[in-house]
Amino acid sequence: MSKLNDTVVNAAENVAETVAEKVSNAVEGVKARIGAPSGDRRVRIDGFTEEGENLSPLNDASPVLGGDSSKSHSHGAGAGIPDSSRAGRPTSFRRADFGKLTGREEDWRFTPLKRLRGLHTQDLTGTAPEVAVVAPEGITVAGIGRDDARIGTAGIPEDLVAAAAWEAFTEATLVSIPKDTQADGTVTLSITGAGTEPAAQHIVIEAGAFSKAVVVLDHKGSATLSQNVEILVGDGAELTVITVQDWDDDAVHASAQYARIGRDARFKHVAVSLGGDLVRVTPSSKFTAPGGDVEMYGLYYADAGQHLEQRLFVDHAVANCKSRVMYKGALQGKDAHTVWVGDVLIRKEAEGTDTYEVNRNLLLTDGGRADSVPNLEIETGLIEGAGHASATGRFDDEHLFYLMARGIPEDVARRLVVRGFLNEIIQQIKVPELEERLTAAVERELAVVEA
Amino acid sequence: MSTLEIKDLHVSIETEQGVKKQILKGVSLTINTGETHAIMGPNGSGKSTLASTIAGHPRYTVDSGSITLDGEDVLEMSVDERARAGLFLAMQYPVEVPGVTMTNFLRTAKTAIDGEAPSLRHWTKDVKNAMSQLRIDADFAQRNVNEGFSGGEKKRVEILQLELFHPKFAILDETDSGLDVDALKVVSEGVNREHEAGNMGTLLITHYTRILRYIKPDFVHVFVDGRIAEQGGPELADRLEEEGYDRFTKTGAVSA
Repeated sequence: MSKLNDTVVNAAENVAETVAEKVSNAVEGVKARIGAPSGDRRVRIDGFTEEGENLSPLNDASPVLGGDSSKSHSHGAGAGIPDSSRAGRPTSFRRADFGKLTGREEDWRFTPLKRLRGLHTQDLTGTAPEVAVVAPEGITVAGIGRDDARIGTAGIPEDLVAAAAWEAFTEATLVSIPKDTQADGTVTLSITGAGTEPAAQHIVIEAGAFSKAVVVLDHKGSATLSQNVEILVGDGAELTVITVQDWDDDAVHASAQYARIGRDARFKHVAVSLGGDLVRVTPSSKFTAPGGDVEMYGLYYADAGQHLEQRLFVDHAVANCKSRVMYKGALQGKDAHTVWVGDVLIRKEAEGTDTYEVNRNLLLTDGGRADSVPNLEIETGLIEGAGHASATGRFDDEHLFYLMARGIPEDVARRLVVRGFLNEIIQQIKVPELEERLTAAVERELAVVEA
Repeated sequence: MSTLEIKDLHVSIETEQGVKKQILKGVSLTINTGETHAIMGPNGSGKSTLASTIAGHPRYTVDSGSITLDGEDVLEMSVDERARAGLFLAMQYPVEVPGVTMTNFLRTAKTAIDGEAPSLRHWTKDVKNAMSQLRIDADFAQRNVNEGFSGGEKKRVEILQLELFHPKFAILDETDSGLDVDALKVVSEGVNREHEAGNMGTLLITHYTRILRYIKPDFVHVFVDGRIAEQGGPELADRLEEEGYDRFTKTGAVSA
């Protein structure tokens, strides 16, 4: 346990180290490993793998680089060094192809598996959440069968829990924005948990060519849910998808969201995680034709004991596309844990790419932990720009003293800082009712820390 | 007219080892509106402790003595109440406050100090003018408080607040340290403008005599080892300029 305590205390340094290490690995690829000890000479340290430290104390301490995590998967070149490039991440519609989760995998190493309430071990046969729809004229929302041709066109699951949901869902919800349609108002899918048995859900959002729409996925209630959301952004379309995780305290939610971006399309994704015991959102955007423009925003606010994880992936697979990523998180209370991992891959073909990603975290009290890992892989030098930034700061007594020494009362000072910090994301939503609701939700979270 | 009165103040801190260490050992000082008092002294003599104690920094414990502002007990007030009562500390190391723009911060503080929101039209103009007089770039207004500012920029922003908040008493904690001559002039002009308006008393804490060429003190107090070792008029500063602090320190006393 003493190591664990050290880990928490030194969170800032550890995270910084992880970032530096990941960055150098990402940029230098194979070269970075030359000269590194291998085979029997490799020193094994308990709790560490070649990809880093075992960061979730609840996960089993199974052998390093042994067992299922190093076995090859469906696309697998998994011999020894899994996940050395994001491009090599195994993908499959079949749960069995992912073996058994151990928590040692690169993409699960921060997640406390024991709190997944069986999403990774059980069949997802629970009742799927109810979906209530409000949609403007011209936009259809309907149920479609598993055999519908659109299913599976935007993405393939990249982890076991997503594949489990893919196997288990019975009917998908299709939001269809016809070609050339300019939606007059917001499409809202209110998704309300229907029980705590592990359940699966599948949603397809299809934005036709040159259409324009805003779709909100609003998650409430309690659930143990694994969800796949496929997003097809047609040529020249302009689509905003806002996913709000405003669950009850006990909810467990894994959401894999795959966007496929057409030629000259604009896509904005906003992920807001506030409620739930464990929420893990994995949004990805894949460019399929030149001229695409993607903005991905995120806001998370973790209270005592909450685990809020966001892992995103921007796949610059073609030339002349642009992406911007900005995620901001606040943490308060004991054992509030947030994870942000931002993978950006610029493939060899993706000349003229322009990308920047940034993550900012604000620790409002002692006892929380924010992990932040920006990964940038660049396979061509012929790009417009590529950058990333990550910073985790504390709101501490000195900030408070400074603001109070200017006459500002303590509660106002704290609100001033958090509001200012998170508002940058909220103002990207541009759906006034939702912006107001989220602002109020942030205020309520703040009231907890003041109490 | 207002009076800030410090009487026989004893202040201690708890060191990182948990040991109590006495820093101020009986300081008495009275400042009236319109007066400028310079507090000078070698490093570690307790100058900055006095400044932070007046502002109410939680690190400092007042063991005995009193601070009153027009008879009101300052030590009974919280940090924000002290600011609203009219005390302003220009800090030696202003902190960076993430997520809060200068514009938002200045307006919130002004509203808290005045008890009502400033009229938007006048306020925007006042901020703009004050910024341009202190040669602060207009785009600083949209940046987060002190974030990424250079040392000199931070000090200018402290004086900007001084000019906008109109305190009864300004305590300038080594505002001059780390400034080049040009910045020192700009900052001093800001303090003098506010002082000349006639409603402020100033406690100027400095290690060097340099700033006293631009801000003329009425009284000079020399701090040594938590006490006022000597006080006098502006001529005392001139003497310090020539002689330094040697004669106040033990080694100096022996050789003198």
